[in-house]
Amino acid sequence: MNFTFSEEQLMAADTARQILADTCSPPQLRAQMAKCEARDAARWQALTDSGLAAILAPEAAGGMGLDAIDFVQIAEACGYAALPEPLVEHAGVAVPLLAATGHETPLLMDAATGKATIAVGHPINPFVADADTATALLMHHADQVYLLDAAQASLTHEPSIDPFRRLFRVDWTPASATRIADAATGKLLWDDALDRAALFTAAQCLGLAQRSVHLAVDYAKGRNQFGKPIGSYQAVKHLLANVQVKIEFSRPVIHAAAAQFEHRNAHTRARISHAKLVASEVADLAARTSIQVHGAMGYSWEVDVHFFLKRALALTYAWGNPALHRARVAERVFRYPLGPEHTFSRKNLYV
Amino acid sequence: MDLSYTAEQQAFRAEVRAWLQAHVPSEPLEHFDASRAGFEAHRAWERTLNEGSWGMVTWPKEYGGRGVDLITWLIFEEEYYRSGAPGRVNQNGIFLLGPTLMEFGTPEQKQRFLPPMAAGEEIWAQAWSEPQAGSDLAAVRSTATLEGDHYVLNGHKIWSSRAVFADWAFGLFRAPGSERHKGLSLIFFKLDAPGVTVNPIAKIDGHVGFAEIFLKDVRVPVFNRLGDEGQGWNVCMATAGFERGLMLRSPARYQVAASQLVELYKRHEDTVDPSLRAEVVRAWMGAEAYALSIYSTASRLIRGGSIGAESSTNKIFWSELDIALHQTALAILGSRAELLPQAPHAGDVGDWLGDYIFALAGPIYAGSNEIQRNIIAERLLGLPR
Repeated sequence: MNFTFSEEQLMAADTARQILADTCSPPQLRAQMAKCEARDAARWQALTDSGLAAILAPEAAGGMGLDAIDFVQIAEACGYAALPEPLVEHAGVAVPLLAATGHETPLLMDAATGKATIAVGHPINPFVADADTATALLMHHADQVYLLDAAQASLTHEPSIDPFRRLFRVDWTPASATRIADAATGKLLWDDALDRAALFTAAQCLGLAQRSVHLAVDYAKGRNQFGKPIGSYQAVKHLLANVQVKIEFSRPVIHAAAAQFEHRNAHTRARISHAKLVASEVADLAARTSIQVHGAMGYSWEVDVHFFLKRALALTYAWGNPALHRARVAERVFRYPLGPEHTFSRKNLYV
Repeated sequence: MDLSYTAEQQAFRAEVRAWLQAHVPSEPLEHFDASRAGFEAHRAWERTLNEGSWGMVTWPKEYGGRGVDLITWLIFEEEYYRSGAPGRVNQNGIFLLGPTLMEFGTPEQKQRFLPPMAAGEEIWAQAWSEPQAGSDLAAVRSTATLEGDHYVLNGHKIWSSRAVFADWAFGLFRAPGSERHKGLSLIFFKLDAPGVTVNPIAKIDGHVGFAEIFLKDVRVPVFNRLGDEGQGWNVCMATAGFERGLMLRSPARYQVAASQLVELYKRHEDTVDPSLRAEVVRAWMGAEAYALSIYSTASRLIRGGSIGAESSTNKIFWSELDIALHQTALAILGSRAELLPQAPHAGDVGDWLGDYIFALAGPIYAGSNEIQRNIIAERLLGLPR
């Protein structure tokens, strides 16, 4: 029993945080928004040059062949920065999904280096994120998996309130030439993709939440009212402390869910859903609390909190809404053995 | 990261489970705060535990423990709560003072105080708060005046849990004339020593769970001071760190309660408001999250880490979870929620009501949740004082 990250995992997360701090600050986000650019080429280059897209890619494709636990803190860092580029869905979801189909394609190697990106059309989501910048799309039809070139899909932009979220309705025609997994295999792969995506979405939400709190703390230290920084008042302190408590008790759920990801049983699925539920709740609470602490400034376009509020809103309903995840936790709670001796159970309880 | 138990840990779990199955009293004991008889029955249980070397498994063997790590302690706690064994009447000793003694005590002090603590021969009360020093603990006025190789204690302590029936108390005393955090020392005294008067205070459930203590020229040897003279505040904060951080409320307590809540819901599913299902799931998730957090903290401590201000988040989390979990149980019981267990038609009300009333104290004791929020805001988030 060792519930701590390895040195390598901590270093990889530090690398991601550093790159994002250097390339994905709020002024840089605003500059990108002003230019209406989907992707900041230099930022994407820096992220992928450091190998962050290769973590979950198989070694045969030039990847590192690592596990969810090796990526979870990267996803957290992406949330903290409200990263516009699709590192999490591409490297955390699409790449392992494509690899798991066993389909031989040079695309996988390009995906691991970040030269190519892959968007995912999962049945849980009505729209496909970042389909316009993707080299290829992994699409769902009757449980099968299809791999399309970007040119084989027709895209309709669906504007989101999140200025950096690029959603598209994808029209396409299933054909045997593009099918890479049959329904029997595909069913398992799509379930797996949902789990991975829900887990990494939870991690992003945790990052969003912590950033919202940090923005509020910085503001509350500098903003004076009644002759003192507003952060010295208990009314403000306690608002933020309450959010921090929820952050502290989402984090170990997310990390445990990542560590146990490969077990793929009722326990781990429930834990992923638990993580998604509480992390999306705290991301929302943190953003709203941060706006409250900022006062009228918080409601303005000028203050950065709204980026985090909007991303939290989007991610709450992406990759399974709260009702779906609550039902998955309830499935475990009401159907399987309970009690402290089952916290880390490895038994495969699917019957 | 490896979230699986070693073969050794699994064997330990099996050993604890078997021992508890053979030894846990078949009938629940009277509450230790309800009467002297209930208290002594719990003392006898502590003796039985100690005979099996289960008094405090993390302590070194020479003090009555088994020298195991915190993860193994968590396994012990899981089996303990799962078995329905009696509450630990000496928790002020074994969970609060014990770890502090281990950190600050001299070898002689450890040898003197730890073995009888593990055996339940000496049961401890805490004596921190005073009428004018509650949340503002540094306002304590009780004094310890050094006279040769003795201290003379004077003052008035209050809200001392277990003090009505316990043998010893540990408390904060200040050198005469000292102010605030300076000049404080943590000192032990016997509750039947000349000059000590203990007045029981009834809790909202009617039990005499705490007391006020008057000290009038109580002489104790300097040996009874833990840590250096004047370092009482730091010693005390270390104790509070253990209390809030890890040991006061082990996660198994809530995981077992959450399991029982699920069973309660299942029995009443056909008749209760279906929205309660989500509340039951939420309570279960809270207990899981708390357990995972404590496993994470324990893993870090084993590898040389320390508990800091994040221990304040624990205290808020478990105390709020405890209330929400029990409120959900009462909502399921509905119009029978108010019934005492002895009511003729109490049905399966069990201990939910009593445990709910107890849970209401959670946000207050061990440092009120408002103080914890200040600590989180100032020390974890860096907001100005």
